[in-house]
Amino acid sequence: MIRVNLPPHLRTLAGVNGEVLLDVDGPVTQRSVLDAVEERFPMLRGTIRDHATKKRRAFVRFFACEEDLSHETPDAPLPDAVASGAEPFHVVGAIAGG
Amino acid sequence: MSGVRVLVGTRKGAFVLTSDGKRQRWEVSGPHFAGWEIYHMKGSPADPNRLYASQTSSWFGQLVQRSDDGGTTWEPVGNEFQYDGIPGTHQWYDGTPHPWEFKRVWHLEPSLTDPDTVYAGVEDAAIFRTTDGAKSWHEMPGLRGHGSGPKWQPGAGGMCLHTILLDPKNPARMFIAISAAGAFRSDDGGETWRPINRGLQSQYIPDPDAEVGHCVHRIAMHRSRPDVLFMQKHWDVLRSDDAGDLWREVSGNLPTDFGFVIDVHAHEPETIYVVPIKSDSEHYPPDGKLRVYRSRTGGNEWEPLTKGLPQKDCYVNVLRDAMAIDSMDSCGVYFGTTGGQVYLSPDAGDNWTAIVRDLPAVLSVEVQTLP
Repeated sequence: MIRVNLPPHLRTLAGVNGEVLLDVDGPVTQRSVLDAVEERFPMLRGTIRDHATKKRRAFVRFFACEEDLSHETPDAPLPDAVASGAEPFHVVGAIAGG
Repeated sequence: MSGVRVLVGTRKGAFVLTSDGKRQRWEVSGPHFAGWEIYHMKGSPADPNRLYASQTSSWFGQLVQRSDDGGTTWEPVGNEFQYDGIPGTHQWYDGTPHPWEFKRVWHLEPSLTDPDTVYAGVEDAAIFRTTDGAKSWHEMPGLRGHGSGPKWQPGAGGMCLHTILLDPKNPARMFIAISAAGAFRSDDGGETWRPINRGLQSQYIPDPDAEVGHCVHRIAMHRSRPDVLFMQKHWDVLRSDDAGDLWREVSGNLPTDFGFVIDVHAHEPETIYVVPIKSDSEHYPPDGKLRVYRSRTGGNEWEPLTKGLPQKDCYVNVLRDAMAIDSMDSCGVYFGTTGGQVYLSPDAGDNWTAIVRDLPAVLSVEVQTLP
């Protein structure tokens, strides 16, 4: 079971509290995790990644295991601790005023 | 008529203000979508309980919300806005080519007859349409395909399509306006468009009377006379009596002809309202006095309306989508400010009162007159 920690605005939009728990088929990567997130919560499509290009939105970052994974390729395996569910995959809104 | 529902979009959420026909006591609902910018909300003329809202964020992009119960509950609907074909380029601020990039929806204009059909004006400027209640959106490519797109350029707020007017007498005719490209008209339901900017003079572009490049801030019409249009341009207030074929300036005795909003009285087609703003760099009322100006002659002769509005130390702005008119027998005029006030005059501008004073900066105000 993959644990995903969404930013507060997206938790509200998706109607969830706390972490999201997901099953991911095959390799656990940014792409497969986010595909699973969007499959489960269609209203999040376009809020984390661009609809068409699937590129990460500029003000969104991906963290896990105390590492910034934002600039890893979408198909790179996520850390074993994320794949095993020991650690969550964090989707973070970049810190900026407003 | 039983009452009014005012839809307020702000920098940090949406608010719904409701009252009976007297418009003295108000119920405030919100914030809906707290923390998100709500550029615009509007109800369907064909089904007043069908509302649409543009919800946007620099972080998480564009959402569209739909309500089927007058704003009590909301459902996120389609939010994919893909330009038709290869988007091409427009001018950047320095005149260099810049690729078209979708940023947000500025304005949602529901069809006059079908609650499931809505037009969306977006930044970078284009018009989209849904015919399935906002599940899916498709660009109406004839506008950007007009050929002048490479000459369009952004205003300070971005290159936004902010005004959509549907002709109530001719379903094939619609008007739009873009900052800073100008006004356009379609006579075939949005398939093809042509610029309608003759008579506009803009000193901030190389050719002041060019076909496109004008920073139109807002256009308004009275539904009984859709060929008569009123415009607040970046500078100048203008009118056209021939559906935009030719404009003439009617700024008259206004203290400044810069501003954003313009609207028309519900029952008097020659009575119009503007809120003069000191200049394009200061963006606040002249002399710290918040004054609505009313013309009962379709322009040129204006009177200040001040009763109930702050007449000293007021330095708010009133943005282009932040004025609305109800159609009660005693016409109500509403506007919102960047200071978070929403003002109402229940008597066509003679007297003003604040419905709310401390909302986030107001981006848009619409009002529904409920049966």
